[in-house]
Amino acid sequence: MTENLHLWILPLLPLTGAAINGLFGKRFSRSMVASVGLTFAGAAFVWALWVASRFSSLPRLSLPYVVTVTTWLRSGSFQADYAFALDQLSLVMLLVVTGVGFLIHIYSVGYMWEEGGFYRFFSYLNLFMFFMLTLVLGSNYLVMFVGWEGVGLASYLLIGFYFTRDSAASAGKKAFIVNRIGDFGFLIALFLMIQHFGTLDFGKVFNATQALPAETSGAGFLTAIALLLMLGACGKSAQIPLYVWLPDAMEGPTPVSALIHAATMVTAGVYMVARSHIIFEHAPSAMIVVAIIGILTAFFAATIGIAQTDIKKVLAYSTVSQLGYMFLACGVGAFSAGIFHLMTHAFFKGLLFLAAGSVIHAIGGEQDMRKMGGLWKKIPWTWITMLIATCAIAGIPGLSGFFSKDEILWRAYQANWAYWFVGVFTAFLTSFYMFRLMFLTFAGEYRGAAGAPHGHEEHAGHGTHLGREEILPAQAPAPHGHGHGSGGIHESSWVMLGPLVVLALLSIAGGWIGANRFEHFLEPATGTVGALAAEPSTGTAEPATLPAAPAEEHGNERLMTGISVAAGLLGLGLAYLLYSAKPGLPDRIADALHALYTAVANKYWVDEMYATLFVKPLVGISTFVFWRGVDQTLIDGTLNGGAAGARELSDEVRHMESGNLRSYAGWIAIGAACVLAYMIWVGTR
Amino acid sequence: MVPLSYYLVLSAILFACGVTGFLIKRNIITIFMSIELMLNGVNLSFVAFAAQWHNLSGQVFVFFVMVVAAAEAAVGLAIIIAVFRTRETLNIDQVNLLKL
Repeated sequence: MTENLHLWILPLLPLTGAAINGLFGKRFSRSMVASVGLTFAGAAFVWALWVASRFSSLPRLSLPYVVTVTTWLRSGSFQADYAFALDQLSLVMLLVVTGVGFLIHIYSVGYMWEEGGFYRFFSYLNLFMFFMLTLVLGSNYLVMFVGWEGVGLASYLLIGFYFTRDSAASAGKKAFIVNRIGDFGFLIALFLMIQHFGTLDFGKVFNATQALPAETSGAGFLTAIALLLMLGACGKSAQIPLYVWLPDAMEGPTPVSALIHAATMVTAGVYMVARSHIIFEHAPSAMIVVAIIGILTAFFAATIGIAQTDIKKVLAYSTVSQLGYMFLACGVGAFSAGIFHLMTHAFFKGLLFLAAGSVIHAIGGEQDMRKMGGLWKKIPWTWITMLIATCAIAGIPGLSGFFSKDEILWRAYQANWAYWFVGVFTAFLTSFYMFRLMFLTFAGEYRGAAGAPHGHEEHAGHGTHLGREEILPAQAPAPHGHGHGSGGIHESSWVMLGPLVVLALLSIAGGWIGANRFEHFLEPATGTVGALAAEPSTGTAEPATLPAAPAEEHGNERLMTGISVAAGLLGLGLAYLLYSAKPGLPDRIADALHALYTAVANKYWVDEMYATLFVKPLVGISTFVFWRGVDQTLIDGTLNGGAAGARELSDEVRHMESGNLRSYAGWIAIGAACVLAYMIWVGTR
Repeated sequence: MVPLSYYLVLSAILFACGVTGFLIKRNIITIFMSIELMLNGVNLSFVAFAAQWHNLSGQVFVFFVMVVAAAEAAVGLAIIIAVFRTRETLNIDQVNLLKL
């Protein structure tokens, strides 16, 4: 029989770490804080590995494997359990979250060693792991929603980690508020599910959905649920129109950007859509919306990425763009391809961010690529690992990104050639801006100021050995910016390079886990491959011919692969041409295409547009109507007026209480006279 | 036989005299006498009604009132004497030490 996997321990481990560090960490030494954080994150990873090793012994038919901890709430016929479920999909997410999460924990020890609020950082990071594991393991939408909101909270806390810096604080707020819009959609979708299915349990909802006919013509409540879920996913996964928070989220420390805003949390939307794939498959028009949002976001964000100069901003827009690919995959019904890309993306994008962090660390907190250059000699390990990740994201054959992106593009082609075309063009752009980043950062000559002022004294090896903190200068609770100033450009310590190397290996190997095998592994959880072919409105119905003409399709697939690889190489070539061979050319091109360049460099003024359309009117209404009008005038006015009135009345009345005996007697006499008069009046009536 | 209303009017006049004296006089002795006057005005009503309705309850009440009034007079006069000894005055407006 199935053994007990004790899934509930998985989220509990990082929660314990968060509690210990959060409550007592202030008194701990740095190495103590680090070991607590690493122990619990690592224990979660080990437990996840153990669960994975036991996974194959679970009987297939009993999946998902559900562990009900307790009944959470019961209201009439509605019941929600605090329950965790394990199936192929959540297993993949579990390993990605704990594995990449643990690596980034290790990296953070090196990266954050000199920062104030070290214990706070690790407490938040563990807290994030807890909520993320709750999200991926929850066996109903409500538990998922708890995790969903929780990772939002952790994200907010970590974006605003340097809370004394105004831009970080407002970036945190922006992320939180933009996510609220998406969460609103998610919540309404949950309400609709309760209304129509009377349950939020994954199994029951999907069984009930399965019994319903697909809403091929017209849109019913399934389409509504799917679209609202997609709105939630747009918020969390930074898709059009709610992507604006993610680039600003780069205000957080770089490991946070890697873990939360690249590898795991932002993919929660993709996970949720893949998890709800039965609902989406029954709402073809919603699928089209998902695909279009995905491809538009992928393209749109990639174009913005071209003109960014901040190394982390480029990666942020790249993340948005790659998430767009994942949604494109979901939108064309290739959920497993989406999850595959999610996994490989977690490896190579996590690596890119960590390497970028290493670069920033090396040159003393500088993030502007225009002030970098020629770094490959100075920080060779960072350079090599980042190069691998860049090749992976650009789709160079043999690396993980190649497999997953190719899979998505191929499936997109089967659905609609327009998706494929934009996708390939985006792949070209991706390759271009990523290699632009590489050339600007590592090639050529160092363009930073030679004798740049450095934060504090020289430290060649970053805190790898214990007892180092005694000689560290006392830090303010939250220093402004990165206090990584040091004499000269230096390679990071092995505490930071280790995760880079592991992730680089995963970025290479991740793809070989396998285009086809991965799909079949996920099949029970994300539906049969090509099941969507039967849905008429999603595409050209080409997959239907797939079994009939495998050879021709294979030829076609090879051609497509060739084209996308060519697009990647073209991007590389163009980047080399513009940023290495002829450095003056980009400026001239920018001058020539002045209007376009300005639009792209300013991110199409989307932030400004939102500010004008939504933020300013909202702030205006809030200020003048709700604050000054309702709050100050109406509510405060009523209260203060009432209080002042009572006071004035009391002021008058208190003179009656004079202490003068005869005046009391007089009042009594007058009262008696009144009673008497009343009695006489009643009596004579 | 004297009609009831005569007694009642007399009673009302006595009571009103008592109230008026209580309100306007400053001398404690006078105030005290005014209280007695009010009590006896009420007593007059009681006995008048008792005689009218041939009901002894009114008479009994009057005895109670007189007993209480006697006790009150004893205590009240003792207080007045004590006040006079300490304050050297019987003006009630000057006996206001406990007033805020």
